[in-house]
Amino acid sequence: MSQLALVIDLNVCVGCSACVTSCKEWNTSGPAGFMSDDNPYGKDPTGTFFNRVQTYEVGCFPNTETIHFPKSCLHCEDAPCVPVCPTGASYKREEDGIVLVDYDKCIGCKYCSWACPYGAREFDEHQKVMKKCTLCVDRIYDQSLPESERKPACVLSCPTSARLFGDVEDPESEVSVAIREEGGYQLMPEWGTKPSNHYLPRRKTRLHIHEDELVRADNPLKKEERQPSAPVDEPTLDDSTSW
Amino acid sequence: MNYSPESEQLDNSHRIEVKNTTCYMCACRCGIRVTLRDGEVRYIQGNPDHPLNQGVICAKGASGIMKQYSPARLTKPLLRKQGADRGDAQFEEISWDKAFGIMEERLSHLRETDPKKFALFTGRDQMQALTGLFAKQFGTPNYAAHGGFCSVNMATGMIYTIGGSFWEFGGPDLDRSKLFVMIGTAEDHHSNPMKMALSKFKRNGGRFISINPVRTGYSAIADEWIPIKPGTDGALILSLIRELIAQGLYDRDFLVQYSNSAQLINTDEASDEHGLFIRTESDKEPGCFDPMNELWWDRHTDKAVKTHTEEADPFLLGEFKLEDGTPVKPAFQLLKEQVEGYTPEWAADVTGIPADTIRRLAHEMGITARDEKIELPISWTDAWGKEHDTITGNPVAFHSMRGTAAHSNGFQTIRALAILMSILGTIDRPGGFRHKAPFPRPIPPCAKTPKGPEGVKPNTPLGGMPLGWPADPDDLFVDENQQPVRIDKAFSWEFPLSAHGLMHNVITNAWRGDPYSIDTLMIFMANMAWNSSMNTTEVRKMLNDKDENGEYKIPFIIVADAFQSEMTAYGDLILPDTTYLERHDVMSMLDRPISEYDGPVDSVRIPVLPPKGECKPFQEVLIEMGSRLKLPAFVKEGGERKFRDYPDFIVNYETEPGSGIGFLAGWRGKGGEKFMKGEPNPNQWKMYEKNNCVYQYHLPKSYQYMRNWNMGYLRWAQDHRLTRYAEPINIHIYSEVLQKFRLAAQGKYPGKQPPQHLRKRIEEHFNPLPFYSEPLESQLTDKHKYPLNALTQRPMAMYHSWDSQNAWLRQIHAHNYMHVHPSLGAKHGFGDGDWIWVESMHGKVRCMARFSEAVEPGTIWTWNAVGKASGAWNLDGDANEARKGFLLNHLIAEELPAHESGEHISNSDPITGQAGWYDVRVRVYRANDDEPKETWPQFDTMPAVPGTGKRRSWQGFFAGMFDKEAK
Repeated sequence: MSQLALVIDLNVCVGCSACVTSCKEWNTSGPAGFMSDDNPYGKDPTGTFFNRVQTYEVGCFPNTETIHFPKSCLHCEDAPCVPVCPTGASYKREEDGIVLVDYDKCIGCKYCSWACPYGAREFDEHQKVMKKCTLCVDRIYDQSLPESERKPACVLSCPTSARLFGDVEDPESEVSVAIREEGGYQLMPEWGTKPSNHYLPRRKTRLHIHEDELVRADNPLKKEERQPSAPVDEPTLDDSTSW
Repeated sequence: MNYSPESEQLDNSHRIEVKNTTCYMCACRCGIRVTLRDGEVRYIQGNPDHPLNQGVICAKGASGIMKQYSPARLTKPLLRKQGADRGDAQFEEISWDKAFGIMEERLSHLRETDPKKFALFTGRDQMQALTGLFAKQFGTPNYAAHGGFCSVNMATGMIYTIGGSFWEFGGPDLDRSKLFVMIGTAEDHHSNPMKMALSKFKRNGGRFISINPVRTGYSAIADEWIPIKPGTDGALILSLIRELIAQGLYDRDFLVQYSNSAQLINTDEASDEHGLFIRTESDKEPGCFDPMNELWWDRHTDKAVKTHTEEADPFLLGEFKLEDGTPVKPAFQLLKEQVEGYTPEWAADVTGIPADTIRRLAHEMGITARDEKIELPISWTDAWGKEHDTITGNPVAFHSMRGTAAHSNGFQTIRALAILMSILGTIDRPGGFRHKAPFPRPIPPCAKTPKGPEGVKPNTPLGGMPLGWPADPDDLFVDENQQPVRIDKAFSWEFPLSAHGLMHNVITNAWRGDPYSIDTLMIFMANMAWNSSMNTTEVRKMLNDKDENGEYKIPFIIVADAFQSEMTAYGDLILPDTTYLERHDVMSMLDRPISEYDGPVDSVRIPVLPPKGECKPFQEVLIEMGSRLKLPAFVKEGGERKFRDYPDFIVNYETEPGSGIGFLAGWRGKGGEKFMKGEPNPNQWKMYEKNNCVYQYHLPKSYQYMRNWNMGYLRWAQDHRLTRYAEPINIHIYSEVLQKFRLAAQGKYPGKQPPQHLRKRIEEHFNPLPFYSEPLESQLTDKHKYPLNALTQRPMAMYHSWDSQNAWLRQIHAHNYMHVHPSLGAKHGFGDGDWIWVESMHGKVRCMARFSEAVEPGTIWTWNAVGKASGAWNLDGDANEARKGFLLNHLIAEELPAHESGEHISNSDPITGQAGWYDVRVRVYRANDDEPKETWPQFDTMPAVPGTGKRRSWQGFFAGMFDKEAK
């Protein structure tokens, strides 16, 4: 059993959207056909993206956290989009757990997008089919690519390497280690969908200063003290004592 | 369709090509690998073998496809239609022959009569070495790129202090650092390397503190966000310096040996030498270096000795008397006195940061620097011949850009920052700040402008560089009445150290005829009719303004650009440039290369596609014009054309005949066996092409650190002609350069003297030690009426105004809000998403409010340059950018209100001329319910110009099919 998935490290994601457009540029010319854009140069432009970054603020000034949150299909173990599909177009692959849509079977009824609690599906108005993240299934097994590039486009592009990709069922994989050691969590586990993608939380590094660290024998200020010496030409006992 | 590896066979029936070049979706200049399918761009990925980005790419870079196929692209040379006004965007197509003919006639006349009537100003071009050469050869002083309104304070503030600066010239060594403090950084600059380094730094357990009025982008992942009031960074930094000195948390050994901290300064106020270093005889011929003939006061012998005398250990603090009775103090003593009043409590009031936080911040920096020392087992020899077994590092790193720079007090703020970094002992050391070649450079660098109008002569190249680094008042570029020679008044007494010029005042000055009128203004890739100008509405009127004879006040405007920007509407002649995928280009060591910390790196662009339509690279335009005008560098002795085209120029041009120095440093010499210096190599382009379009040299380890004082490195740099002298470059804790200007203002310095009305300004601002003053605009604003600061931030997915024509990127930012703290809404009766007015003393805009808890409550901010004029960038007239987007520029003036220093003084730093973008003060109030729900001001919709593309109502880009569909 294997389950391919993304682990997204919110501790380093700066919300640059590299993953958003890298996904689009790879997939729009891919085997599933274009990803359309409506009003690309007009009012309220909108288009198909498999992956989007949302930004949230948490807390009140000055204790505010700004969270950048990339989201795409989570490739759930119990994907609710699969059983609702009337034609079997929406399916989960046995061999690697990727949830896909067979566009030849899709009739565009949108049941799957209603069933998905994460809003991860995107309906293409011009092809009348439902689309979604494929984990770049057309890259990851492509033997003509160098092995280091057999990864989803979003993972390759990410400047902060916030996106890890691998088999979450393999306990020794990079993603499993990250989930285990860095507090990886799932989105809305209460829905029972068992999403395969995980997120790693923010971690804070703090510095504690002990008061005595400000006191040092070798404080350079000590070198600046001039030891005042009494003038040699003023009277001393040397001049008057005689016995 | 079922997914299987077989589906990739789709590509087998198509023509696939893969080519490497360099990205240009921003100024970062990552290596990219472009895959074409049937001649169309299928995929742009980061080149994994490129040293800068190591395979990653950003949102902009990955959207290059939509830039290439944008309908906003200009594809034909255009001439303004007779009878049409500027701004109407009514053009007729003309041939390149005609365009060149028009320019040749006009420019050759100007060159024969008065070359300064031709002004060439360029935007984000990355080819300043060539544009600057063209201007110099033409003989006009009126040349600059956009640095004056970008970040010249960062360049000058640091280069005049440590001989290097952030971004291309140096940066934080996050590989080795333990504590990283980022102060006001634009997130679209040097973006991928910074993101990569930040992530690695955090994962290695480093602590990241962000000081910024706003928590977006990089600040979001900071371990601690310290909100600060805009324009007060200097107050914070000076207070940190005070606390570090008070606690003894400075690196004394570093300051003694590698800075002028211990050097004795004449403190006799009656003396004409007041504030200058005491100097002894020097046995060195004077040159562009520090002769190191100053004095120390030795602790052991208790008397003055020459600096760097062996066995001597100077006092950093105290006051002394020389044998001739001259009172003297070490520079560090003067620094200590200067910061005495900048207590954390004082700074807390100014900055809004609690005093305890300021103290803790200083302690974190000082203790990390002192107790987390790095010792690298690398031996090296210093400039005084002393051998060292190790390289020491104090792992505290900083980064800053426009947040500190774009204020009229920015130069002194950044001087303070460079001094803070220096007293922590972090300059060109592991874990701190590290230089990138060709830096470090002497303080100040050697290039100089002419010193007067005699440098500008008909039919003659300019008698100096158009831009330079004044070392004293006599280096100013002024006439006998102390008036500016340049149209932007750079290097005059108004802005003596304006190393990048003042592009933001060119149109206003030329329109007013102050200091004189010009004839032809050539603008390359700068949107001066929109986001690159302050006071945008008025500047648009100036561009279109006529004199009493009905002639334009700026008679002829040439605009070269790849896209239909707001500025193209105001051109008389439009030259269609190519995209980055269609041209040769160089990231040159003569300009701003992409060097790494461990050695010089430069790179090239090689076309992956043919030019669209009649697009011509601007480089080729300059080579052609240089040849036609017979500018000496571009023609042979007999006047025949010297270079076939731009690639030929790049290979064969040498800075002087036989110098062996050209635009590219790699694979020089006949067979490509040399680097930095060597005769032209006819196969140089091929060698770059074979090597991922990049040349990288790794310095030997012992030359990689302490380069200001590293004998091995300095000699290497001299041998390879990066520098003329191999002399040490000591840090200017105390700036004698600034003091010389101050003395001139006090009438004590021989030579050039400032005009009376500027004396006070010079005396105040040319303080040889950093000080805090409120930004000029704030000083002149009624802050009861306009209590708030207003700023812009740069979104990471947009580069300036450039990307609204990009169908994918504009879906990320199609319009902008004004982000305000909810308390402002409560106070003024508006809610999240409501329409509000934002007003400064110069103008107002109507926009939508967005509540945010991630902003200092006295500050409001918006994304920069997302708002567009209707129809510009070939968007529909009702596009969100025009109807819901807005520019903050309407609130910002390019000139200060009249005050004691004069009328028409630029809204800029009085030292450098850096535009004070972030100094504006505003108020906000709710828009009436009956007002239109759109932003204000609005402008007439700009029509699409001939040669631009069709705007599809929807599109599905599929490489190899897209253009065919369009046809």
